Amino acid sequence: MTQYFVAFFMIAGGVFCFVAGLGMLRLPDTIIRMHAATKAGALGSGLMFLALALFYMDLSTTLRAFAAILFILFTAPVAAHLIGRAAYCTRVRLWDKTWIDELAYTCDWTEPEQDD
Amino acid sequence: MVVESIVVQTAAKITLVLLALAVLLAFIRLLAGPSQADRIVALDLISVLIVAILAALSIYRQQRAFLDVAIAYALIAFLGTVALARFRERLARSGRIDEHQEEIDQ
Repeated sequence: MTQYFVAFFMIAGGVFCFVAGLGMLRLPDTIIRMHAATKAGALGSGLMFLALALFYMDLSTTLRAFAAILFILFTAPVAAHLIGRAAYCTRVRLWDKTWIDELAYTCDWTEPEQDD
Repeated sequence: MVVESIVVQTAAKITLVLLALAVLLAFIRLLAGPSQADRIVALDLISVLIVAILAALSIYRQQRAFLDVAIAYALIAFLGTVALARFRERLARSGRIDEHQEEIDQ
């Protein structure tokens, strides 16, 4: 019975990772492409670690697999935030249909930073 | 206890093929992406996909050691992504990089 759950979670994770790659290729804009990279990618690899925790049913491997899931879920938004801010501040070209720009004055540095 | 079964082996093969296709698609974006931020995003996705590949390979080969490799690789890939993004933002802050300016220059 367990093997079917393992196979289901593995294939679901593989499908989500494939959708992430497809979105990375097909979505129109850098900021929109980050949705595919972080959400679908984190969900796909999290499902893969869940399948791994079900596959080896022992305590140490399952604990490490859940630690890996927690680590992915903590680091993916941080990395996405940093990349998104860097992309916005280098003024990448937004999509034509983007009509709301809440960060319009965030990156308007009138005087450059002196720390470097 | 490790369950030996043909179902899990077949699912692992299908999953590895899907993950390889996903890495290929992300690599096309890495080569083609018009701005450097696109390339950083593609590299981030490729590192997440490599972590997923390591987890699938751990099931396929029935080796627990791949799980430790996956955790260590996820940590190092996160540090690399953060370093690239900070570097990029610092260049932008000092006014040395502007994507529109690059497009105009080309």
